[in-house]
Amino acid sequence: MAAPLSVEVEFGGGAELLFDGIKKHQVTLPGQEEPWDIRNLLVWIKKNLLKERPELFIQGDSVRPGILVLVNDADWELLGELDYQLQDQDSILFISTLHGG
Amino acid sequence: MCQVGEDYGDPAPEGPPPPRPGRELKCVKCKEGVPVVVIRAGDAFCRDCFRAFYVHKFRAVLGKNRLIFPGEKVLLAWSGGPSSSSMVWQVLEGLSRDSAKRLRFVPGVIYVDEGAACGQSPEDRAKTVAEVKLILQTLGFPWHIVALEEVFGLSPSVLRCSAQEPVGAVGTYKVAVDSFLQQQHTLGTERSGGSPSPAQGEERLSPPGTQESQDPAGPPPAAQTEALSRLFDSVKTLTAKEEFLHTLRTHLILHVARTHGYSKVMTGDSCTRLAIKLMTSLALGRGAFLAWDTGFSDERHGDVVVVRPMRDHTLKEVAFYNRLFAVPSVFTPAIDTKAPEKASIHRLMEGFLLRLQAQFPSTVSTVYRTSEKLVKAPRDGCAAGPRCLLCMCTLDVDAADSATAFGAQTSGFSQTQPPTPRAGAGAPTEVGGAQDRCQGAGPCGREDSRARVIERLCYGCRANMKDVGLAGDPGVSGG
Repeated sequence: MAAPLSVEVEFGGGAELLFDGIKKHQVTLPGQEEPWDIRNLLVWIKKNLLKERPELFIQGDSVRPGILVLVNDADWELLGELDYQLQDQDSILFISTLHGG
Repeated sequence: MCQVGEDYGDPAPEGPPPPRPGRELKCVKCKEGVPVVVIRAGDAFCRDCFRAFYVHKFRAVLGKNRLIFPGEKVLLAWSGGPSSSSMVWQVLEGLSRDSAKRLRFVPGVIYVDEGAACGQSPEDRAKTVAEVKLILQTLGFPWHIVALEEVFGLSPSVLRCSAQEPVGAVGTYKVAVDSFLQQQHTLGTERSGGSPSPAQGEERLSPPGTQESQDPAGPPPAAQTEALSRLFDSVKTLTAKEEFLHTLRTHLILHVARTHGYSKVMTGDSCTRLAIKLMTSLALGRGAFLAWDTGFSDERHGDVVVVRPMRDHTLKEVAFYNRLFAVPSVFTPAIDTKAPEKASIHRLMEGFLLRLQAQFPSTVSTVYRTSEKLVKAPRDGCAAGPRCLLCMCTLDVDAADSATAFGAQTSGFSQTQPPTPRAGAGAPTEVGGAQDRCQGAGPCGREDSRARVIERLCYGCRANMKDVGLAGDPGVSGG
């Protein structure tokens, strides 16, 4: 049983366009059976934050290729990618690298 | 060879996946720092080593190619996006280092406001330009903000290739650097006897303030904005729009470079973008020009050379660097923002390459390395051949062989320099201008001009121009 978590979800590089232009979202994830990991977070984001065009952000159960994920300013590849378990007060940043040049 | 009994049904048994770099690992370079980013396939770097690695790559690309001479004026093409912002930032930092490692050229920055082509409202455009100006003012270089509408004011001479300055041999570069250092040294000793001005100030060849920054007096005339919007709306496919926009933007930047005496233009194309561009160009029929489109230097315009110093950096590295070291950038919606995957060939290639990259992390670097091997050798006997009117590349035509369809269409084409564009009847063969102004010449004039323009284009540009219609044009298919 996981306690509710308070995390900051941030979007950059153009990804914020899919979230009404808002870059920073302070979210409280409700307590639930399984611990919160990035995989669940993505599902939650898709249901609650994503305003349009889900296929531009999410592909399958992960992010679309070209979108970088940083957890507390570190590459998610160092932390287990989708399996990283979220801690309270974590900061998760999604940067789209596909826009602009 | 196939063997009886060989089973193709089951996939090969997979061993455990290779261990992913984890937080418990140390930076692969310094072996002590906590890693923050994974580069390439599994190299974890700590923050400082990543910074050193990133900056080193930038300097190495410039140093290896030895094309930018000390004291040369270089125009940085800044779109506001991450790669070009990173490039501008690298130049800024490179100019402020201690003397031995300092970058030695004289930069300027240009920003092209493409809002009209992207359908932005005038208020949004003004807001973006204001943000851009704020950042440009902190840079300390001369800057130029130009609206894409100014492309209507370009004279047809931009489409003529100017006399090419011969690229000096390596020896010339060394001589130039040595004499520059000599000069600086002399200046230094002269000045040290006089007033104690800071070393940094006197080493800059062109003291700040002598170059005027170019600020548009106000938004471009509404008629031009309207004309540009109409022009882009008339393009039937997103692919052609993107290519057309790229052509117009390039010509505009080159024009500004020539007017203000810049001999080089730096663009922020990253490794990932160039790999995508290579594949896209192949699909668009520009295979003959890959070396110019994706190489480090692009000399097709003659007097101004386009240089791509970010070509060794992947988009991931750029995004991380910008985030970790707070590089300012301005987000501007582009022509393909939020476009679906199959909207254009560019998007399709991008999706294809990036998805492949996710499974096979060496995809982008392999494509990139292929682009490094492309050689710019003209076809035998066609060294001074005619050039495409729009992209300025030497047409890939073998005069003796008109067996190919393309050859047949261009066989009647003269081998001499293109004649000066007709200035009469208000129908110069200008980029974009031809489409709009031809309307005044009457129906037969319009079709004639269009056919004449099309026959002077390379295969790729022809395919694009087929999608660029005229307002009220009764579906003439060019070529």
